[in-house]
Amino acid sequence: MSESLSYIFINACLVNNFVLAYFLGICPFLGVSGNIGTASRMGGAVMFVMLVSSMCAYGIHMLLVAIDAPFLQLISYIVVIASTVQLVEMIIKKFSPALFRALGIFLPLITTNCAILGLALFQTNKGYDFIQSLVYALGAGAGFTIALVIMAGIREDLDIADTPKVVRGTAIVLMVAGLLSLTFMGFAGLGG
Amino acid sequence: MNTTTNKLDTDTFIKGLWKENPVFVQVLGMCPVLAVTNSATNGLAMGLATAFVLIMSSTLVSLLRNFIPKQVRIATFILIIATFVTVAEYLIQAISIEIHKALGAFISLIVVNCLILGRSEAFASKNTVGKSILDAAGMGVGFTFALLCLGGVREILGNGSLFGLPVFGQGFEPWILMILPGGGFFTLGAWLLLFNYMKERKATKAQEATA
Repeated sequence: MSESLSYIFINACLVNNFVLAYFLGICPFLGVSGNIGTASRMGGAVMFVMLVSSMCAYGIHMLLVAIDAPFLQLISYIVVIASTVQLVEMIIKKFSPALFRALGIFLPLITTNCAILGLALFQTNKGYDFIQSLVYALGAGAGFTIALVIMAGIREDLDIADTPKVVRGTAIVLMVAGLLSLTFMGFAGLGG
Repeated sequence: MNTTTNKLDTDTFIKGLWKENPVFVQVLGMCPVLAVTNSATNGLAMGLATAFVLIMSSTLVSLLRNFIPKQVRIATFILIIATFVTVAEYLIQAISIEIHKALGAFISLIVVNCLILGRSEAFASKNTVGKSILDAAGMGVGFTFALLCLGGVREILGNGSLFGLPVFGQGFEPWILMILPGGGFFTLGAWLLLFNYMKERKATKAQEATA
């Protein structure tokens, strides 16, 4: 509980980046990282869902502890996340139909984005208080967006590069992700 | 996946193992695949847990497929899956505390494994119970197989052992990188490369045969 807020943020964002160190949210990471613009907006949407669901998860955890029903944790978390995603979907559809079309199937799939459920579970496991949870969610969202945007940038270049036919597609993306993951390991000890 | 409805039941099972292998061909459910495969044992445990959830929820979804209103089907599927994941989590905890600790939050994260939701949506909600169970079993075994492949390679290279038993002699310098996160990406990438290569070769051969 003594962890400082800046430590939590840097930890979630860089040192233990959700995508590159915990492997959470790999599906959108591989799916929507084709273009920088889409990637950054996707990151924004994920960050918003993370913030809201992190707040709700905190409340639910309090409630479940109070009524002594920890086995309901998983089910109630997933319901909250699904509703939040639905909300975000409606908001985006109303205010930016173009973005809505660009994100396509990946918008409802935020529900099954492990990063968001993972965040809710980790913050409960770590016993963060309300403010710490919020900062943790913010850091995780920022980390997700950073990873997604870097990946999109690399992939835009990869598309025009002359790669052998065998490695095209997911294989080369995974190799690049491996390199990125190694790079991010360099941040270890930064938050300490 | 609608084309499979007319096929024989054995095909329904077999295709999950190889032709439509969830990890190597469909690239679904990546998060647990990469996160927990730092040893063969963890990979196997995770694979079995996922297969259990997959089979149980496919069965239930298929049984209820005529009762679930179309508008709320995804939410219903997720609730069903979450229920079985909770069961699986408590089961693992009862069987082995050690494995439970090693897998950690990733057991709960089976809920958001795209593979399970994908099979519920694409197959179980449209097919009979028997077929759905076969399909789920095939996919589950295929998934476990893939996790074993990854976990095995990473444990041998990164730790010099397999299922906790040493494989190499004293002189082996463990390749630590392979059990770190980066190694997961590399190993999976390498497997996909192998699969691509095999597919490519098969295609060229078929082309030569027809030409």
